Amino acid sequence: MFEFTDAVLLARIQFAFTVSFHFLFPAFTIGLASFLAVLNGLWLWTKDSKYLDLFRYWIKIFALAFAMGVVSGIVMSYQFGTNWSVFSDRAGPVIGGPMAYEVLSAFFLEAGFLGIMLFGRERVGPTLHMIACMAVAAGTAASAFWILSVNSWMHTPAGFEIDPETGQFLPTDFWQVIFNPSFPYRLAHTVTAAYLTTAFVVGGVAALHLLKGRARNAKVSPATRTMFSMAMWMATVFAPVQVFLGDLHGLNTLEHQPVKVMAMEGHFKSYPGGAPLYLFGIPNQDEQRLDYAVGIPKLSSLILKHELNAPLAGLDTVPRDEQPPVAIVFWSFRIMVAIGFGMLGIGLWSLWARMRGRLYDHPLLHRAALLMTPSGLIAVLAGWFTTEVGRQPYTIYGYLRTSDSAAPLDAAAVGASLVAFVIVYFAVFGAGTYYILRLMGRPPMQSEPSVAEEMDSPIRTAGITPAQQLTMKSNRNRISGD
Amino acid sequence: MPIAEGVSLDLTVIWAFVIAFAVLVYVVLDGFDLGLGMLFAVEGDNEDRDIMMNSVAPVWDGNETWLVLGGGGLFAAFPLAYALILPALYVPIIVMLLALIFRGVAFEFRWRTQRWRPVWDLAFIGGSTIATLAQGIALGGLLQGITIDKAARSYAGGWWDWLTPFSITVGVALTIGYMLLGATWLVMKTNGPLQTRMRNRAWFLGLGTVAFIGIISLWTPFLQDGYYSRWIGGWNILLAIVVAGAVLLIAYGMFRTLQVREHDYWPFVLALAMFTLSFVGLGISMFPYIVPVEVTIWEAAAPENSQVFMLVGATFLIPVILAYTVYSYWVFRGKIHPGEGYH
Repeated sequence: MFEFTDAVLLARIQFAFTVSFHFLFPAFTIGLASFLAVLNGLWLWTKDSKYLDLFRYWIKIFALAFAMGVVSGIVMSYQFGTNWSVFSDRAGPVIGGPMAYEVLSAFFLEAGFLGIMLFGRERVGPTLHMIACMAVAAGTAASAFWILSVNSWMHTPAGFEIDPETGQFLPTDFWQVIFNPSFPYRLAHTVTAAYLTTAFVVGGVAALHLLKGRARNAKVSPATRTMFSMAMWMATVFAPVQVFLGDLHGLNTLEHQPVKVMAMEGHFKSYPGGAPLYLFGIPNQDEQRLDYAVGIPKLSSLILKHELNAPLAGLDTVPRDEQPPVAIVFWSFRIMVAIGFGMLGIGLWSLWARMRGRLYDHPLLHRAALLMTPSGLIAVLAGWFTTEVGRQPYTIYGYLRTSDSAAPLDAAAVGASLVAFVIVYFAVFGAGTYYILRLMGRPPMQSEPSVAEEMDSPIRTAGITPAQQLTMKSNRNRISGD
Repeated sequence: MPIAEGVSLDLTVIWAFVIAFAVLVYVVLDGFDLGLGMLFAVEGDNEDRDIMMNSVAPVWDGNETWLVLGGGGLFAAFPLAYALILPALYVPIIVMLLALIFRGVAFEFRWRTQRWRPVWDLAFIGGSTIATLAQGIALGGLLQGITIDKAARSYAGGWWDWLTPFSITVGVALTIGYMLLGATWLVMKTNGPLQTRMRNRAWFLGLGTVAFIGIISLWTPFLQDGYYSRWIGGWNILLAIVVAGAVLLIAYGMFRTLQVREHDYWPFVLALAMFTLSFVGLGISMFPYIVPVEVTIWEAAAPENSQVFMLVGATFLIPVILAYTVYSYWVFRGKIHPGEGYH
């Protein structure tokens, strides 16, 4: 029995590890795909070459991040079966359909048009190339739609019945399955998070080059300024929207998964006369209390119930074996919220600087933006941990326990594969991240070379005379894409 | 509509064909990518390697997506089979996934570094080889049967059950077969000395492929009684003879066209046909089992409303996917010339 529990714990760690790593890539590429489509559209519309330079600069980074997202994503599509076979057998009839739609409507669209987006500009002409860019962006968004629908269903299952013979969840209404109660909120909140993630990475890279240019007393290219401006507009507009959406999502969670909210708030006790908002505290789940708590009285009731004295139930109403691990939920929630308000601050600050005409001439703002480069990625992970750990001890909330979902595997098998995943992910994705950072370390150039040209150049430089190289270069320019 | 004794063309059969189709498309498309990756090992020249990789760079991602459709489709249409097969083949599946990571990132990483390029080339070769071996071993492991507890709807064997001489043989066979696809693809996509070398390699790889198809075909009927009666019992031996004859005929055509200088694309087309025919043979062996010979497709199938829900989308989307996949291959058609790159 102990051994079996062990295998479940290892499988959980493995899933958390592989999905967290994977999630970072789409969180970044969903926004980046749209950004690239916008840049390409602006280039075609205005014929201002800075947009083409930016397009070519970011598409190299996109290609790397996208490849890592693809290979880490394939792992996810098989891990349901390898490690969570009972869950797969039970839930397959319901969530298999939306996941199949994700493959058919999203993955193929992205993958099918990525080649044309990367290499096909000269071959298909500007219109079809633009369509390819939009198809890739649409594919990433469609992927988010379906997978978040499935994920939401696991939080707020609807539109099903349980077969008493096999224990399988059988769909009764696919509309209810897809548009389950938490889905619209989760979709809006997560997709906005993805856009903000990209905005802060783009803004951080722009800020780096604004600062570098300033340090060297050099003129900063229009492309760098443009990307800083575009990123800051995103922050100004979408950070407040995100705070609002997060609030709505929280209220929806309170309605459907109140235990998760108790853990987020650190409410071990019930508060019949209005609950405090704890800013800090050390959750002590063994003793069922929040140690060293610092809180603002009644504020939690005000936020969650819009009334100072509204009663809120606490974890004392929930049996111990129905509680999620409070500390993880409590802390990851606070990290996410803190970063969210940090983003809001940058958005407002940049608006103020913009209105004073100092957007490109404000080193302190640029330093802050640089510091915030990975903020979206951290916030996305923290938010993900909040919602996923907060759902424990269930995989299908209220119906199927995590401990009853796992595959009948030896702990040794799961342990060995976990070690292999950790080593491979850190080595491979570590290298990929290094290559991305190196690309980000240099500014977008005028006449930025396309992906195709870069794929050619290292070959040419090895053992070929400069004269040859020149003719090849002109040849290449004629036929190259992006 | 009865298609065989006691079998009618229902939704479950349609879904079995859809999944089989996805797996076949994956095998032939990523087959030549992976085969090309293995051929990297014997093509040391940097420029040749660039040409080889450029010949698949715009399409490999789409090719690999069929693997996700195969797995995702199995999960959706036959959740019980997905839940039985994947834990049974835990080791080869995980190894395949890890190998595909190395193979996939190598496409991007090798252009981003001079110093580490040999490392990513090695990742490309190793990833392609190991992924192929793992796929073949998984297929062999499934064909030879897995231990299940039918009442508990659960895999009931150990985590090394898949490891047998048969599964290893299928693994090796698939590496030879994928390399044949890769070599004939390159005959189609390249010129000059590289193409000539690939013609020669394809010849030997073709011999190896035919030999392994023979070995596995003769071995399979003796794995399980069901296979024996399907292929050898009674008049069914005629079916076996017809399939074997067709394979040999295609192989003959491939060897002929490999020797004729003007025929650049026929060897690839005929290699694809050989794979397709072998796949059909596999289907004849397994049908109507999805976990041979324990669970039939009907026992593993998702309920009818799930099947209908997905079929609506699949009927519309799979033709669209095929259309833009063909379009993408059309855009990047033709030979890759060293000076031009492929762009």
